[in-house]
Amino acid sequence: MGASNFVEGVDLAFKIIIGISLFFLVGITTVMLWFVFRYSRKRHPVAEQMKDNNLLEITWITIPLILVLLMFYFGYVAFSPQRVVPKGALPITVIAKMWVWNFEYEGGKQSPVLVVPLKKAILLNLHSEDVIHSLYIPAFRIKEDVVPGKNNYMWFIPEQLGEYDILCTVYCGLRHSYMETKAKVVTEAEYQAWLSALPGKSNDPEGLVILRKNACTGCHSIDGTKIVSTSFRGLYGKTEKVMTNGSERSVTVDDVYIKSSVYEPDKDVVVGFQKGIMQTYKGKVSDDDLAKIIDYLKSIK
Amino acid sequence: MTEEKTHHPEPSYLVNTGKYKGLMSWLTSTDHKRIGIMYMYAMMVFFIVGVLLGEIMRLELFRPGQQFYGPQTYNGLFTIHGIIMIFTVVIPGLAAVFGNFSMPIMIGAKDVAFPRLNLFSFYLYILGAGIALTSQFLGNGPPDTGWTFYAPYSIQTHTNVVAAVFGAFVLGFSSILTGLNFIVTMHRMRAPGMTFFKMPLFPWSLYATAWIQVLATPIVGITLLMVVAERWFRIGFFDPSLGGDPVLYQHLFWIYSHPAVYIMILPAMGVITEIIPTFAQRKVFGYKAIAVSSLAIALVGYFVWAHHMYTSGMSPTARWIFSLLTFLVAVPSAIKVFNWVTTMYRGSIDLKPPFLFALGFIFLFMIGGMTGLTLGALATNVHVHDTAYVVAHFHYIVFGGVGFAFFAAIHYWYPKMFGRMYNFKRANWAFGFLFIGFNLLYFPQFIIGIQGMPRRYFDYLPQFTLGMQLSFFGGILLLIGIILMLTNLFSKKGAKAPDNPWGGRTYEWTIPSPPPLENFEVMPVMGPDETPYDYK
Ligand code: HEM
Ligand SMILES: [Cu+2]
Ligand SMILES: [Cu+2]
Repeated sequence: MGASNFVEGVDLAFKIIIGISLFFLVGITTVMLWFVFRYSRKRHPVAEQMKDNNLLEITWITIPLILVLLMFYFGYVAFSPQRVVPKGALPITVIAKMWVWNFEYEGGKQSPVLVVPLKKAILLNLHSEDVIHSLYIPAFRIKEDVVPGKNNYMWFIPEQLGEYDILCTVYCGLRHSYMETKAKVVTEAEYQAWLSALPGKSNDPEGLVILRKNACTGCHSIDGTKIVSTSFRGLYGKTEKVMTNGSERSVTVDDVYIKSSVYEPDKDVVVGFQKGIMQTYKGKVSDDDLAKIIDYLKSIK
Repeated sequence: MTEEKTHHPEPSYLVNTGKYKGLMSWLTSTDHKRIGIMYMYAMMVFFIVGVLLGEIMRLELFRPGQQFYGPQTYNGLFTIHGIIMIFTVVIPGLAAVFGNFSMPIMIGAKDVAFPRLNLFSFYLYILGAGIALTSQFLGNGPPDTGWTFYAPYSIQTHTNVVAAVFGAFVLGFSSILTGLNFIVTMHRMRAPGMTFFKMPLFPWSLYATAWIQVLATPIVGITLLMVVAERWFRIGFFDPSLGGDPVLYQHLFWIYSHPAVYIMILPAMGVITEIIPTFAQRKVFGYKAIAVSSLAIALVGYFVWAHHMYTSGMSPTARWIFSLLTFLVAVPSAIKVFNWVTTMYRGSIDLKPPFLFALGFIFLFMIGGMTGLTLGALATNVHVHDTAYVVAHFHYIVFGGVGFAFFAAIHYWYPKMFGRMYNFKRANWAFGFLFIGFNLLYFPQFIIGIQGMPRRYFDYLPQFTLGMQLSFFGGILLLIGIILMLTNLFSKKGAKAPDNPWGGRTYEWTIPSPPPLENFEVMPVMGPDETPYDYK
């Protein structure tokens, strides 16, 4: 039994297609090498010309045609249930954002890992805040693109307890290869306990929630480590060396500087970093939100 | 070069007869043979650059975690590697080099229909490639979108996408004009008596290819312009934050780029179809089936584009229809393999380097094609789509297929091109390194792909380390093979080549090596009982 309800069908399709292919690969290669050996110029100095043979040609059109239709069929039957969501499936909203996954449960509770109860149908509603991502859980054999402005979905039933990798497979920029998390399959009781212990939206400072929502924390840590860019810890009030229009200068990190960094990231670029990696948040982070962010940054000075 | 003059009354095309000397005499030449050779040298330079970029990626991937450079550099590397390899190497590919050099001779013509347009195509090619390369040095840094330029990332990223996109646009024009030129050439300039079904099969494959070039390329041209317009003027075609549809971009992109795979592979199949009869001294088996299957592939190939998009959120109906059509287009390719192998039956096989490369092609192409079946089926595609499995699959097709056919073609027509032979033993050694290196490089990628390793990943989970390291060593062997092959061909002059070193039957083997400027002293005529492959 596989880790999800789809594993068996998908793996069977793999076995059939790869099996038939291997048979032909080995067969044709052997025949070819045998001809090269048997009819080498040394052993067979004079070539014999042959007439075209219609029966032979019709045979080798028909047999591959039947085989590929068979392959199509097995691929189709294992796939088609993936698009039919059973009634009563547990809905979870996936929020993809450069380069973090978030899973939103009922009541707006969010978690960075996907925790699901064993043997229950799970419906993932896929939502992207920026570019296209793709949610891939190799152990479950499922994948669907997370397209901004489109409501894609996928579903599955987890069949085995355990922890499985979740990866992003549509290239989405700088930290695409780090856009990974885990799917945790737990018992129903554990799931309920986990869900009720999951903090609601309000526990964290508002500024931090906004930072997380916009995935700022994907590149800027709040604990002082370096991810892609400078950490937010201790940033406010610090003196930074920046490049402005090609010349170096020093600035003190204050409200004005933070605002310009969020809205026009390429204007002043901290020495040692490249232009063009951070995008503008104009129109995405309001002035109100910005004030809350600044409050939060002050608090982790 | 004077010694050739005494052998043949007409000077060879390599002798400068115009008003310029040296390089200028080449750059101003409208001779199809010289243009073919200029494409070959340009492509070799791009190919080597692309290979080195590939090796630099492999080096970084040797271990998980960051080794030598950061993710932004890696993302730029796979983008420019893909752009160079696809748009400047394999799309013009065999058609630009050997289509130009050999095809007019093989149909008994003095040149292509529009020689000056042909030279113009070459200049567009150089211009387009040049523009694409400036993307690396100008603007906000190298583009980081991948060669597919998927929206909305390609709209939003600050890197220099426009230069790369515009380069690809210009390269598209070069491709369209070459296709147009070849279509007219094959319609109007065949030797008297050579009906379409008496035309050799390499020209046949070019004919099918040319129609794709002419009909499909404009679509990607427009699409790329739309990307530029969207970046510059914020017109919402593809970016949902401007009101556009990102999946529409994928449709438009693949409506061209899937047929483009056939632009790459059909001429490769055509070359193999010439080489096998020559070295087996056997009339090609199933001439008509091979000719017609080229057209069938070109035609059905138009209707399978969305097999690149099974997970994009298309309707279930669209998914199964495209899957079904994809399987249908597999059949004509299978037919060709059966025909090639049967052509060897009861032949008299001379295992020279071009034939060896052709055998390598058949094997690698079969693996590429068969793994394409797992990608065509819905259930299996969903699992391996956008993983290392796809990276392995398309390298088996574009490198194992098109690349090895290209190597076979160089070894086949080299004596005709330069009037010189090369060292067979070294060519065989080079083949050994290339073949083993290639499989060691890409086969592990199938395995880690099935295990869930996504593509375009700068960093990876520790369970994939072994596969990545095997690939690295394969890459080194492959590089050695490439160096061995190129030095064997281009570092020193070999013995003088006879006019027909392999016992070929098509027209290029009836004229001197290297050919005179106008190819034929007496224009050939095909008699009613003659066929292009009259082996006794
Ligand atoms: C020594 C030879 C080569 C090596 C070592 C190599 C290596 C690579 C690597 C490491 C990647 C990136 C895969 C990823 O990040 O997922 C890649 C991608 C690619 N390669 Fe190659 N490659 C080689 C030759 C070729 C050739 C001959 C072609 C075509 C004719 C080619 C076409 C491509 C394309 C189209 C991509 C995809 C780029 C993208 O994802 O945007 N490569 N190659
Ligand atoms: Cu991603
Ligand atoms: Cu395709």
